[in-house]
Amino acid sequence: MAFALVASGDGDLYEIIGLSLQVSLTALFASCIIGFGLGTFIAVTRFPGRAVAIITFNTMMGLPPVVVGLLVYLALSRSGPLGVLGLLYTPAAMIIAQTILITPIVTALSRQIVEDLFNEYDELFRSLSVPTLQAMGAVLWDARFSLITVALAGFGRAIAEVGAVMIVGGNIDHLTRVMTTAIALETSKGDLALALALGIVLLAISMTVNALALSLRSTAARQAYA
Amino acid sequence: MSSRLFCAAVVALVSAGALSSASAQAEDKSIIVQSTTSTANSGLYDHLLPIFKEKTGVTVNVVAVGTGQAIKNAQNCDGDVLLVHSKASEEKFVADGFGGPRTDLMYNDFVIVGPPADPAGVAGSSDAAAALKRISDANALFASRGDDSGTHKKEKSLWKAAGVDTAAVSGKWYRETGSGMGATLNAGIGMGAYVLTDRATWISFKNKGDYTIAVEGDKALFNQYGVILVNKEKCPSIKADLGQSFIDWLLTGEGQKAIASYNVNGQQLFFPNAPTS
Amino acid sequence: MHDAAQPMGGLGWITADEDGHCFAPLLPLTVRGLCYEAGGRNLVDGLDLDLGAHGISMVMGPNGAGKSLLLRMLHGLISPTAGQISWGAAPISPRVRQRQALVFQKPVLLRRSVGDNIDFVLRLRGRASPGRRDELLSRVGLLGLANQPARRLSGGEQQRLSLARALATEPEVLLLDEPTASLDPASVHLIEGIVAEAGRSGVRIVFVTHDIGQARRLADDVVFLHRGRVAEHSASQDFFEAPASEVARDFLAGRIVL
Repeated sequence: MAFALVASGDGDLYEIIGLSLQVSLTALFASCIIGFGLGTFIAVTRFPGRAVAIITFNTMMGLPPVVVGLLVYLALSRSGPLGVLGLLYTPAAMIIAQTILITPIVTALSRQIVEDLFNEYDELFRSLSVPTLQAMGAVLWDARFSLITVALAGFGRAIAEVGAVMIVGGNIDHLTRVMTTAIALETSKGDLALALALGIVLLAISMTVNALALSLRSTAARQAYA
Repeated sequence: MSSRLFCAAVVALVSAGALSSASAQAEDKSIIVQSTTSTANSGLYDHLLPIFKEKTGVTVNVVAVGTGQAIKNAQNCDGDVLLVHSKASEEKFVADGFGGPRTDLMYNDFVIVGPPADPAGVAGSSDAAAALKRISDANALFASRGDDSGTHKKEKSLWKAAGVDTAAVSGKWYRETGSGMGATLNAGIGMGAYVLTDRATWISFKNKGDYTIAVEGDKALFNQYGVILVNKEKCPSIKADLGQSFIDWLLTGEGQKAIASYNVNGQQLFFPNAPTS
Repeated sequence: MHDAAQPMGGLGWITADEDGHCFAPLLPLTVRGLCYEAGGRNLVDGLDLDLGAHGISMVMGPNGAGKSLLLRMLHGLISPTAGQISWGAAPISPRVRQRQALVFQKPVLLRRSVGDNIDFVLRLRGRASPGRRDELLSRVGLLGLANQPARRLSGGEQQRLSLARALATEPEVLLLDEPTASLDPASVHLIEGIVAEAGRSGVRIVFVTHDIGQARRLADDVVFLHRGRVAEHSASQDFFEAPASEVARDFLAGRIVL
């Protein structure tokens, strides 16, 4: 069924797949910009409240998507503080929600990875008096292949969640319908076979993205370090 | 070498993502309809909207949630048109100044579906309240929406007429799923419970299993859909003109005919009954 | 950020030319009453030391004498609990530290290629150029491995790369913390050659070692530490031929020194 679905070249299906990838990859990109920076900053610097920040981000890795969706809905609703932007029920709203959802994951995991590497570098960097910003840049760059796994964890969470995008996107046909909300819709129509087929397609997409990222990692990393 | 490869991959990923953020929002001639789920899940919009778009060029974006949620979203100004099926709630929405006027659009009816074993012995009945009383007496399982939707509100009024206090038995034989019609049907059929559903959703539902309609034909099961334009004075962002043009189209000859012509497996799902002006 | 604790004030007298090179000399080094306490024990215990402007000083002593701690305090990686360190007339500061380089016992290499490890430091000091990098790599015999991942080098090669990276900062003082401790004799020989050459070119060298033969080969003078103090500080020949202290005599004779 899943194969027939893809093979049939259904335009709607490709549209939904395309939007899923667009939303989740954009959210992932934003999360990586924020999360790698924040994670590295926490890893490399010492400031009061650092332990609290670490615990907070670690806890927020378990943010329920529905709660994120609700908060973003309240903010973006026409009657909410950001209502004037008119973003509710657009892909932008879904990107915002997923960014909020996965930024803590990217931050917490990259903080751990970068900190482990930074602990190796710490004495050297202090000996060389490397300025903080340069130290952050260096350790982030040297950890980049490990951080691909972090990005994949964030991507997996984003592409698979339904609670947040359903609320802020509205599952509008041809506008905000993504794989997961389409699966929810078909399930509620009682078309379980189609829902399952869509689920298999979603898994296949995730697998493709993972395979691409990991093969990139292994080929590139082989040249960079042992 | 490795860093160049890495950068190229990052750039590729990003451009794939960022490429079309703009494209989705380019279309300005569009409205948002806050709708009940039955009209969406039964495929009615897939039938109506292309006709309307062809005629006017206006894209109608449907957010299908329960009636209660749809009304709340409209109160937050997050929709231009409200299309739901709970007359009392709709009239309160209008009375509170959130929109109006409210106009009858179409109707169908609710049915109670049940398992072939029919543990409460209600099959073939056309008295909804009596049937519910018998279900209660038999402690037969009943799956309720429990989500403040139009269907849920109808169901509560029927239980009231039957003189059954469902709050006392919730979690025993009375199971509130707190979810949409389709999810409640999936759950109800899975556990062998009776379910109140609108006929349109039931006819187009694909996971019926061996369930059949047990109770139908009671006047009390009448299901009226109404349509309301959200108040522009309360919600300045509303596209009142486009919204009104959609409502006008629905209520007049062409829209009403389009509603009547929609059928699934030869069965008409909605019956237009807009007042003729 | 990790340098924030180091005071920059009070150094106004250090002047710099347009290239950022400081004029005030780092040497002689004066250490007075230096203490480092950890876990209720004085690991460095009122240590006094004077080092002149030139040469190779070998720091020796049994395990736990405080050799590595002394080196780290001289470089400002850890702060003494008491006492004073004066490089020239200045206390240790990031500015002073930038004119020194430290080679660790266990090489800390970036997860990059051999060449990029050098480039990182050259860029940090604003002196990046392929010619400069290649010159440093050939000085330590690693030019042919410039594109190899640094962490795949052998132990000896890694330590030579560490040395090249330290020299890339053009230090006035080079501090070495048992850099050959776990290397084979050929690697030790190579590294000693590089250090000796750096010493001849005018870099002041402070070299911690356990290896008596190594000290004999390199030293101009020997600082012998025992229980957190300088037990003896003498010219190389005097130290090896007629050590003044009993602990140094025992140490040289291979007897257990506690």
